[in-house]
Amino acid sequence: MGPLAPNGIISENTNMFLAFFIGIAFGWVLESSGFSSSRKLAGVFYGYDTVVLKVFFTGAITAMLGLLFMGLFGWIDLEVIYVNPTFLTSAIIGGVVMGAGFIMGGFCPGTSFCGAAIGKIDAMVFIGGLFLGVYGFAFTYKWWEKLYMANYLGEPKVSKSLGLSDGLFGFLLIVVALGMFWAAEWAEKRFPREEY
Amino acid sequence: MATTKEIKKTKYLNPYLGGVLLGLVLLTANFISGRGLGASGAIKSVVATSIQTVDKNAVKTMPFMAEYSQAHGANPMKSWLVFEMLGVLVGGFLSGAIAGRLKLKVEHSPKISSRRRLVFALAGGVLFGFGSQLGRGCTSGAALSGMAVLSLGGFITMMGIFGTAYMLAYFFRRNWI
Repeated sequence: MGPLAPNGIISENTNMFLAFFIGIAFGWVLESSGFSSSRKLAGVFYGYDTVVLKVFFTGAITAMLGLLFMGLFGWIDLEVIYVNPTFLTSAIIGGVVMGAGFIMGGFCPGTSFCGAAIGKIDAMVFIGGLFLGVYGFAFTYKWWEKLYMANYLGEPKVSKSLGLSDGLFGFLLIVVALGMFWAAEWAEKRFPREEY
Repeated sequence: MATTKEIKKTKYLNPYLGGVLLGLVLLTANFISGRGLGASGAIKSVVATSIQTVDKNAVKTMPFMAEYSQAHGANPMKSWLVFEMLGVLVGGFLSGAIAGRLKLKVEHSPKISSRRRLVFALAGGVLFGFGSQLGRGCTSGAALSGMAVLSLGGFITMMGIFGTAYMLAYFFRRNWI
């Protein structure tokens, strides 16, 4: 059955149309969780507001479990689902550069669009920066191409890399997340701040 | 008696409920479209379109454009992520409108000026934009969506983003606390 578009059950145009509604739901959830506020987002790095950690990990785990179960029931063909390729070097360096951008700018790309949608000028300026950064990469691509393509590992699953089954890895991830949620609740009590 | 703090806290969704809803949106995207959510890819589409408009031969002369058109076909704006991000703007606006959060303002800690906040927002945006291209996706496309499909790269990028932000948090603390 699923995924619908790659299996030809819905057309490519329908898929684009539905992307708009998926986006509405995405934006709605991010904004109503408080992701339109840079001060709430940055709170996770100082312990006064850990909404990012809670929403992010609960979201990843919910989707991961949903996919594993739907695959198990035969509702979705996991072989057809897009799995991000792993280019080890650029995944690490790109992540580091993004992390620096996160603590300085207080947004990530998706959340900055939510902030801009409700009138946050700092989010609009951040988006301006995003464009400059992408242009910068586009025009200097030849300097980074080697780095960008280095250490290509294919599309490995983290579970396989650790020698675990998908289910066992998923279970361990949930245990780790519960530990982090517990620490997050503790931190919010320890470093209380007014909500923004 | 409800304190001001408790009243203020109810403005936003419970974070665990928000997380489950976010996960269901991501699951729906995978079920319908066979792919996860994203954000920076839409910016890349706009950038690629603008370069193509100015220079028709860019695909031949710029390796970035060649790589892009190989992955995305002839019309960069007819892209799943572009439609999705337009939806994000609408969804974010609707949620903010209903909750009474629509307001044109620069949000910043009372300890810093608006100007300082905007300078750092711009610098952070430049770094995030650049890093998202190098890392093939941002917090949404690489980290969140990658983790849901158990991509090794997704987990590595997630640790890169959050690990670096934690390591640098001390140096930028004045901006936030």
